[in-house]
Amino acid sequence: MDDLSRRTAMKVGGATLGTAAFARALAPLTEWTEDISMEGFLQKHYKELDRAEMEQVLRRLEDETYAEHGVEVSISDPRPTPGVSFGYALNLSICVGCRKCAEACHVENNHDRATNNSYIRVLEMKKGSIDMELGRVDYDHPVPDDTRFYMPVQCHQCDNAPCVKVCPVEATWKEADGIVVVDYNWCIGCRYCEAACPYHARRFNWEKPEIPAEEINPDQGYLSNRIRPQGVMEKCTFCLHRTRNGRLPACLEACPTGARVFGDLNDPASEIRWVLENKRVFVLKEDVGTRPRFFYFFDE
Amino acid sequence: MSNPSSEPPPVEIPGAHPIRTYPQFLWKAVGVATDGNFAFYAWMTALTAVFLVGVHAFARQTAHGLALTALSDHVSWGMYIGNFTFAVGLAAGAVMMVIPAYLYRDHDMHDVVIVGEILAISAIVVSLAFVNVDLGRLDRAWHLMPVIGRFNWPMSMLTWDVVVLSGYLAINLHVVGYLLYTRFRGATPNPKWYVPFVFLSIVWAVSIHTVTAFLYSGLGGRPFWNTAILAPRFIASAFVTGPAFIVLALQVVRRLTDFHVGDKPIATLVSVLRVTVLLNLFLVGAEVFTELYAGTAHSASARYLYFGLHGHNALVPWIWSAIALNVTAAALFLSSSTRTHLWRIDLACVLTMAGVWIEKGIGLIVPGFVPSTLHELVEYLPNALEWKVTLGIWALGLLVFTVGLKLAVAVFTGRMRADTAAQGSR
Repeated sequence: MDDLSRRTAMKVGGATLGTAAFARALAPLTEWTEDISMEGFLQKHYKELDRAEMEQVLRRLEDETYAEHGVEVSISDPRPTPGVSFGYALNLSICVGCRKCAEACHVENNHDRATNNSYIRVLEMKKGSIDMELGRVDYDHPVPDDTRFYMPVQCHQCDNAPCVKVCPVEATWKEADGIVVVDYNWCIGCRYCEAACPYHARRFNWEKPEIPAEEINPDQGYLSNRIRPQGVMEKCTFCLHRTRNGRLPACLEACPTGARVFGDLNDPASEIRWVLENKRVFVLKEDVGTRPRFFYFFDE
Repeated sequence: MSNPSSEPPPVEIPGAHPIRTYPQFLWKAVGVATDGNFAFYAWMTALTAVFLVGVHAFARQTAHGLALTALSDHVSWGMYIGNFTFAVGLAAGAVMMVIPAYLYRDHDMHDVVIVGEILAISAIVVSLAFVNVDLGRLDRAWHLMPVIGRFNWPMSMLTWDVVVLSGYLAINLHVVGYLLYTRFRGATPNPKWYVPFVFLSIVWAVSIHTVTAFLYSGLGGRPFWNTAILAPRFIASAFVTGPAFIVLALQVVRRLTDFHVGDKPIATLVSVLRVTVLLNLFLVGAEVFTELYAGTAHSASARYLYFGLHGHNALVPWIWSAIALNVTAAALFLSSSTRTHLWRIDLACVLTMAGVWIEKGIGLIVPGFVPSTLHELVEYLPNALEWKVTLGIWALGLLVFTVGLKLAVAVFTGRMRADTAAQGSR
């Protein structure tokens, strides 16, 4: 009997100690939960929000941005224009590899400063081959090097997008104008899409992006360049907060050689249509069957 | 008391109604799970300590982001997903006890098959834990639930994995729970209530690992994984690790408890292993040949894994260790007879589990990302935080497995029984 009660006392003591140790081990989570509001936690999927609910979400996100960064931003939710289908083409004959496009993307899309993130990677390759294994992205010399050519790669907004197919929670999908978007407030961060993408077009927010207040671009889109939360995927959206309002992508405006052509594939008078009909055009990794909306071409 | 099969058939005790006996079953289970000798307490305390180290590392990772791991946009899955894959294999491999016991009516295996089912439960717990710690937003895990979330089924293979893994967990929980509870009440299990589920679990076991293979092999942009042999390889290696783990577990049970484990189940599992270890090596060989002989650009990942690529060779020592471990294990299995050289069998089991763990973990997941899809060479090896989380999850799995075994032994040896009005508790 004595032995039994001693045993019970030890069990109770052990359980108490164990619980205390467990609580202590989980302590870092308190800091994390402070960052998650109840509205944010319960927020519905983008496609399930009606216009009024969306308005509330946008205002809440603006308030949260102000609270955290002290900057007044305007977050909008521009929708696709009916009948418009975006396409992008890049002239490999004149790209000089200056990476101005990557830099413009970095600034426009409120990327994390420390990692120097951008949705565009520029490959430098030896003339005479397009074997990417012989290319490099970390070149560090004056450009252009005459023995080489340059190939910027970004999201190809594929019509048969592997990333959309694999997403377990439909947090990424293709919009009517062809742009593949991510709902940063619905993504669970499993990174299956990042594994599925053949173009290294997707990025993960390994930690919370850090941007000095004065460098934040205040013109933001819900599905595009608003400051992303930690732990979610992001990608190029053809700058939809600009392009759906009649402007051009930031990377195109920054290009000093005019290598980039953007427009509506449904408009027979558009420059992009002229390029596709008159130039020697190809898509990257055609064999993987992704049917990109991003084309490369050469001058005759 | 010792051999459950030589006991007289248990009879239903009048008045033992579930309303009364089920809470009692649970309460006594808590007692059994927390009671034991010094070695038991030492084991459980050690596992809990390792688990808590993992919990703390995971809490830090969740607060500061996965940036605390060695993962990157180039290698975006690593240690966690590798261990997930291995654990799913372990869970599927447990069926190698169920097949002889129920399909071939091997009575000796039938007496101990519960060990395999408890392994299946524990390994599924481990694999689910590994997927969850890999999520960037665990707070949104509910988005993955059918109906209340948005379940991209049937398109996404990950949703299939959610279905098959939770289904397998449910089936095995039902079978183990039903058998233990019925015996606890002193009743004879009704085959209608569990045999159909046992047969379902056999098919289901194959499905969990097939779906897990499809998760990778379905990606056209990753040539290293995009191969039809991946699912067969997964099944073959699952049938190595499952039986190997159970052979070791059965011997521990035999030495430390009064639950009767005969030599025959171990001998049966070893004969399974003699085949599956070789089959696994054969499939690996077939894969390696196809990758390397043709010498296409798509073999870059395989070249990186086995020989290194452009001076990057972080995985080379790992994969050759895996091959050495599996070949040595195969030699030991083939050369030993179970009766006379049990230690050699034990050694072979440990070696081959380590070998498959590398081959199917780091050795399968990481090369899929190296070189990256734009052919950049960024390497990956897990850092200290990832090791802590990983060891913590395996400690959790062993805790679940130990408690499960302890309950099964207590019920099967008759030490944990429902109280009856006449009898009262011991």
